[in-house]
Amino acid sequence: MAEVLVLVDHADGEVRKTTAELLTIARRLGEPSAVFVGAGYDSAKGVLAQYGAEKVYRIESADVTDYLVAPTAEALAQLVASTSPAAVLVAASADGREVAARLAIKTESGLITDAVDVQPADGGVRTVQSVFAGSYTVTSTVTKGTPIVAVKPNSATPEQVAGAAAEETVEVDISDSAKTARITDRKPKEASGRPELTEAAIVVSGGRGTAGDFGPVEAFADSLGAAVGASRAAVDAGWYPHANQVGQTGKQVSPQLYVAAGISGAIQHRAGMQTSKTIVAVNKDEEAPIFELVDFGVVGDLFKVLPQATDAVKAAKG
Amino acid sequence: MNIVVCVKHVPDAQSERTFNEDNTTDREGVDGLLSELDEYPVEAALQLVDAAQGEVTVLTVGPDQAADAIKKSLQMGAHRGVHVNDAAIHGSDAVATSLILAEAIKKIGDVDLVLTGLASTDGTMSVVPAMLAERLGLPQVTVASELTVEGGKATIRRDGDVASETIEASLPAVVSVTDQINEPRYPSFKGIMAAKKKPVETWSLADLGVDAGSVGLDAAWTTVESFEKRPPRQKGQIVTDEGDGGTKLAQFLSAQKFI
Ligand SMILES: Cc1cc2nc3c(=O)[nH]c(=O)nc-3n(C[C@H](O)[C@H](O)[C@H](O)COP(=O)(O)OP(=O)(O)OC[C@H]3O[C@@H](n4cnc5c(N)ncnc54)[C@H](O)[C@@H]3O)c2cc1C
Ligand SMILES: Nc1ncnc2c1ncn2[C@@H]1O[C@H](COP(=O)(O)O)[C@@H](O)[C@H]1O
Repeated sequence: MAEVLVLVDHADGEVRKTTAELLTIARRLGEPSAVFVGAGYDSAKGVLAQYGAEKVYRIESADVTDYLVAPTAEALAQLVASTSPAAVLVAASADGREVAARLAIKTESGLITDAVDVQPADGGVRTVQSVFAGSYTVTSTVTKGTPIVAVKPNSATPEQVAGAAAEETVEVDISDSAKTARITDRKPKEASGRPELTEAAIVVSGGRGTAGDFGPVEAFADSLGAAVGASRAAVDAGWYPHANQVGQTGKQVSPQLYVAAGISGAIQHRAGMQTSKTIVAVNKDEEAPIFELVDFGVVGDLFKVLPQATDAVKAAKG
Repeated sequence: MNIVVCVKHVPDAQSERTFNEDNTTDREGVDGLLSELDEYPVEAALQLVDAAQGEVTVLTVGPDQAADAIKKSLQMGAHRGVHVNDAAIHGSDAVATSLILAEAIKKIGDVDLVLTGLASTDGTMSVVPAMLAERLGLPQVTVASELTVEGGKATIRRDGDVASETIEASLPAVVSVTDQINEPRYPSFKGIMAAKKKPVETWSLADLGVDAGSVGLDAAWTTVESFEKRPPRQKGQIVTDEGDGGTKLAQFLSAQKFI
């Protein structure tokens, strides 16, 4: 069976949930091979084996890790040439899609971004994407080269299957022209202790209606074990970090439950949350467009509704 | 400093966006506009030349209507426009679009900086900037929420999920910017009048030496098999808070097994 290369998404060896999803998808298409770039392999190893990686290609050279995406794309191109995989899967993060973009050009292969489903199809893959702010679903196939697919988080339920995770260190030869965008400084962000926004099963977001006080939003999120999101209005006002913005120019999330508090539901916001399974809104204005999307809506003041709901959730959980 | 800004004309997100019979995005039956996210690189370019002199060329690949995207950019203050327009381009994917853009940038020549938006608001792939860098063999410094250009170097700040990074590259470089980088200006009356006299060149694929067979729908490396309108969401239950809104919300979550 042909290999399927999965680029591992990790922070210093801490493997993100999307990678387990990608390995699960890879198994539908062939034999999953994880590609691990950077430091921290020892902490990653177990997870990769647990989710069915038969092989792991390790690339540790500083030539790759000190620079932006271009060297990773080169390294992957070398692996594509040596393994002739059935497909290459990456996470649809900013870096992931750029690695995929460069790899597509290098290997003259078709590229699909933001796939929400990937299935085998006569010799290739068939993908599903959600487009135009979630208003259409598009099915596509790759007709040239090795299918390269950037897959959105939450597109598969990770399945545990023991894999051999046979290790192979790959010496890559990185060209000087790929080493041109150097990362000169890196300030890690403080961890919030909450789940990662794009991976979370539940997201509670606040907007301009919070008037700058995210306290009730965070408290409600914590009662549900949820991630916290924000509208652009809230981010632009400096009330919440940009990394938490949901929408066209922020994160695209697709959780089981999305709660919008004090958010009107502009098209650019919808673009980032419309495909959530269940949608709930709390808004003072019964005319707010967000109510067109909801499964359950409360017309009311978030400063009254959220604390009451928080207490009720805590009580129910005991 | 000579800056090329890649701008795209896209269907207005506020109107009904749909597809043509050949499964390509309908660009004619709907109102279009300069992709909002491409106003940010135009503004960034204008600020750079305001500070250090130079010329801003806006470049678009698209059908007749795409001329509007150039017009808007010229009204904002860009100096000249290049419109690559050719019937054979219809249905091009990002791979082909990046090829055309790369060849046009080579033809423009003597470019210090190529600026792009974060993503086009119709395709939202965020891949063209990386593809351009790959094709042009230039450093790629993408997703910039801050950009400074000094001493032949571009330095950006990129706000990632786990870290905020500073990234540096020598010019010429391809830089994509986010909507965090600035506040795009509105065209002034003076700007609108001045734009009418600014030069706009229209190039065909032949002008660029690009083989028509290497772009367009038939040459695409991916094929859209089908599209389907997502069924509208079922109208949900809406309650008005009468002192028990939070409790009702919790009851709903409980019934749905979220608690
Ligand atoms: C190029 C571009 C990209 C964009 N990208 C994004 C994006 O990625 N994400 C995004 O979110 N937006 C994005 N936007 C902005 C978007 O158009 C809206 O401006 C933004 O989403 C509005 O945020 P909001 O809903 O918080 O604020 P508003 O639209 O001002 O809505 C606030 C809501 O809060 C309600 N409210 C006020 N007080 C209370 C209270 N006490 N209790 C309950 N409800 C209350 C009000 O009734 C109102 O409905 C983008 C815009 C552009 C042009
Ligand atoms: N047809 C086009 N003409 C000019 N620039 C484009 C075109 N398509 C994409 N771009 C540029 O590439 C950026 C990212 O686009 P995309 O990869 O399609 O999301 C946009 O913000 C534009 O700056």
